[in-house]
Amino acid sequence: MASHRVLPGFRLSLSYAIAYLSVLVLIPLAACLTKASSLTTSQFVAAVWSAQARSAYLVTFGSSAVAGVIDTVLGLLLAWVFVRYDFPFKRLLDSLIDLPFALPTAVAGLVYSSLYSQNGWLGQFLVPAGIKLAYSQAAIVFVLVFIGLPFVVRTVQPVLESIDADIEEAAACLGANRWQTFTRILLPSLYPALTTGFALTFARAIGEYGSVVFVSANIPFETQIAPHLIVQKLEDFKYAEASAVAVVLLVASFAMLIVINALERRSEAANSSAN
Amino acid sequence: MHAVPKHIAPLVPVVHSHGRSAQEDPAWIRWLLISSAMATLVLLVIVPVVYVFCAAFSNGAVAYWETLTGDSDTLHAILLTLFVAPISVIANVIFGIAAAWTITRFRFPGRTLLTTIIDLPFAVSPVVAGLMFVLLFNQRDGYFGPLLKMGNIQVLHAWPAIVLATTFVTLPFVARELIPVMEAIGADEEIAAISLGANSWQMFWRVTVPNIKWGLLYGVILCNARAMGEFGAVYVVSGHRTGKTETMPIRVNTLFEGATAATYSSALAVASLLTLLALVTLFVKIALEHKTQEDLRQAAKSQEVE
Amino acid sequence: MSIVVKNLSKQFGSFKALDNVSLEAQSGALLALLGPSGSGKTTLLRIIAGLESADQGQVMYADEDVTQQSPKDRQVGFVFQHYALFRHMTVYENVAFGMRVRKKSNAEIKSRVNELLHLVRLEGLNQRYPSQLSGGQRQRVALARALAVQPRILLLDEPFGALDAKVRQELRQWLRQLHDEIHLTTVFVTHDQEEAFEVADRVVVMRSGHIEQSGTPQEVFDHPATPFVMDFLGNVNVFHGRVENGMAMMGALNIAYPEYPHAESRQATAYVRPHELDIERIPFGASSLEVRVLQLNPAGSVAKVRVFSEQFGVALNVDLNLERYAELRLHPGDLVYVAARRVRVFMPGTQDYEI
Repeated sequence: MASHRVLPGFRLSLSYAIAYLSVLVLIPLAACLTKASSLTTSQFVAAVWSAQARSAYLVTFGSSAVAGVIDTVLGLLLAWVFVRYDFPFKRLLDSLIDLPFALPTAVAGLVYSSLYSQNGWLGQFLVPAGIKLAYSQAAIVFVLVFIGLPFVVRTVQPVLESIDADIEEAAACLGANRWQTFTRILLPSLYPALTTGFALTFARAIGEYGSVVFVSANIPFETQIAPHLIVQKLEDFKYAEASAVAVVLLVASFAMLIVINALERRSEAANSSAN
Repeated sequence: MHAVPKHIAPLVPVVHSHGRSAQEDPAWIRWLLISSAMATLVLLVIVPVVYVFCAAFSNGAVAYWETLTGDSDTLHAILLTLFVAPISVIANVIFGIAAAWTITRFRFPGRTLLTTIIDLPFAVSPVVAGLMFVLLFNQRDGYFGPLLKMGNIQVLHAWPAIVLATTFVTLPFVARELIPVMEAIGADEEIAAISLGANSWQMFWRVTVPNIKWGLLYGVILCNARAMGEFGAVYVVSGHRTGKTETMPIRVNTLFEGATAATYSSALAVASLLTLLALVTLFVKIALEHKTQEDLRQAAKSQEVE
Repeated sequence: MSIVVKNLSKQFGSFKALDNVSLEAQSGALLALLGPSGSGKTTLLRIIAGLESADQGQVMYADEDVTQQSPKDRQVGFVFQHYALFRHMTVYENVAFGMRVRKKSNAEIKSRVNELLHLVRLEGLNQRYPSQLSGGQRQRVALARALAVQPRILLLDEPFGALDAKVRQELRQWLRQLHDEIHLTTVFVTHDQEEAFEVADRVVVMRSGHIEQSGTPQEVFDHPATPFVMDFLGNVNVFHGRVENGMAMMGALNIAYPEYPHAESRQATAYVRPHELDIERIPFGASSLEVRVLQLNPAGSVAKVRVFSEQFGVALNVDLNLERYAELRLHPGDLVYVAARRVRVFMPGTQDYEI
């Protein structure tokens, strides 16, 4: 059963890990599901499918999808530039891409809301021009783009690096121009990584709360996101309803998690079998 | 921070675009792409960071210092963060080592499931995470509510809930860092130690720990950054009571909502501290990445020789 | 179409990959670039293909100067060492790629791809992906893909390097046959002299960025132009010594050497191939040498015998045919006599002399 039973600590470490995960993850998750299931079907539907909830999903999933697409494009651009070209301060700039991982989301929200407000560094130019980003859906998309920026870059970069120069040379010898080589050879090899990156960005974005509270005015039917709706229901002590909405979010994120795992396994298999 | 595959440079330096004409792009495309990439980085990342510090120090360093230290509620928030984060980090380090040891050194049914469960907190919205602990510990109808009432223990709206929520959100970091490192290093050295008569304790401290130390430290750094910066989950479980259960990120929010010029510059001051934390994390991360890659490379090399 | 290379030089940093190399491959020739790694053979091939640009010199296809053309415009077939198949495309799409980017009609593509897959004997595999093929099959897909664009010349980089011995043997013969069928001017790079001699009709031996010798396999093997070629083409026994007054004094090996009648003594090196040494039980000839048998290895098409001269402290390798080996009935420790049927003497800075 175990390959290295010579090594000690199997039972101890396994039981500790299981106990820890149970207390911190499994029991709380079960509590959430139990609470949601304490509602009758019609109550559940009323909670998760009210007009306000539907609008919150639309804002959440809509902005997350848009941010995901933008991040996919920007991520591909950044990955390409950092893998293929040389320029000053490359290493430093490359590590700055990870800043959104390290920066607390509240700071991101605060900064973005300040930058785009009427007196902000960028807002002073944008607001007179009629572009009011602060407290709009566009602002939500904007912070989500920031939060998710590193995902696509970091999934595409190693794949791009591993592509053999031979492949491009082969395409050139066969008469393909640079654009044909990119669209027909390079891009298809990057699809799995791009999809994984998009899925990671999207999954992160649908749960994001900290940065969004700063830039969205939390107006139901306009800029209220699903996590916000949960907080609101909690503050009204409507625990069961909050749980019901949470279940919707959980299902969406778990689905993304499964998709991501499947994608990663597929691209690993593809990488290991082909030469 | 999230379940992102860490970027490991190829073992053999790849020759890019130097004389391999088929890989070279025309100069105008190169410059167009580089400048768009730089514009993206500047607008999205660099301007915000620069802005935080400029805005925080706009009234001078003295004013900055007074804003931070003159407000007892802000001080309390800083201290609470410094109290909570280490507890979560230590808990997750112990768990991370146990989980990585189990997963990389043994084959058993449910191994994949265990790996997946470790990743779950990444997929759970922080707000939902907070909600789960509210459901368990609230005194109205929480599942453990009666128990807590009996013992007269305050979990929700107090530091224990903040610790729990923070630990949940940062749970995967150390394990996720250690698993690939330990997988790459392999069990040979540990088996050798045992066969030479070392006991478990000696094997762990003399063989395992020295091998994984950089990866472990890397996990700790990431875990700590996220623990100090966590907002959503803490917001929900803490009740965000000023001077009592506010951590630094929550304090930023409270001050921001204060909506006066004074509270606003205080918010920026606290935010600048958190930004500094992020920058330090990044720099340590760069240094450690180099070290862990070196470890992995050496592991790869020693396996090649076999 | 002939290939002419004139005065090519290429430098990578401080490393001189090619140093003023000139070369011609006749139309329809099958030419091997042979040399150790770092000899510049792959760089030369890549410059001929346009994958690398030369610092100096010219590449011509027949009368056309292609030096400034990109690989895309040169219409060459290039087979990469590791095949460089497009892994997300089927065999069919890989072969079709060159025609697709040239906007050929589907009907034309279909008939050409099928024709090529027939030629490389891969019919029925057209919907497979590269990962589902064996090494030899991948190699043939790479070849079909290169041929699909009706290249003017065919270039192969270590075409059999990544294959195991048996498949390699089969593919060598097959490539030779294929070349006889399609008569495309072909250049391939190899570090394996056996492969070069078996497949090519001309061999170019390269060393540190220049050409040491070129000629037919027979010419190169029988008349190596330099000690390097001698050494590179196989196992040799090397003797260091001097020449003077029409004699070569190589320690264990003293022979008449009329090509150097001068009194002034000069350093020289003598080379003898193992199969050019004879063993006898009794002293024979003018210069036979007393040696002791060290090791015997009769497994294979020749018997390999290792002997040691106690007088001069040198060990020699001798290849005997199996009949002769059986006749001699050698045992380790036996005292026997060896003499060379053929010796090549090289003096630094001069052409070789042969006895």
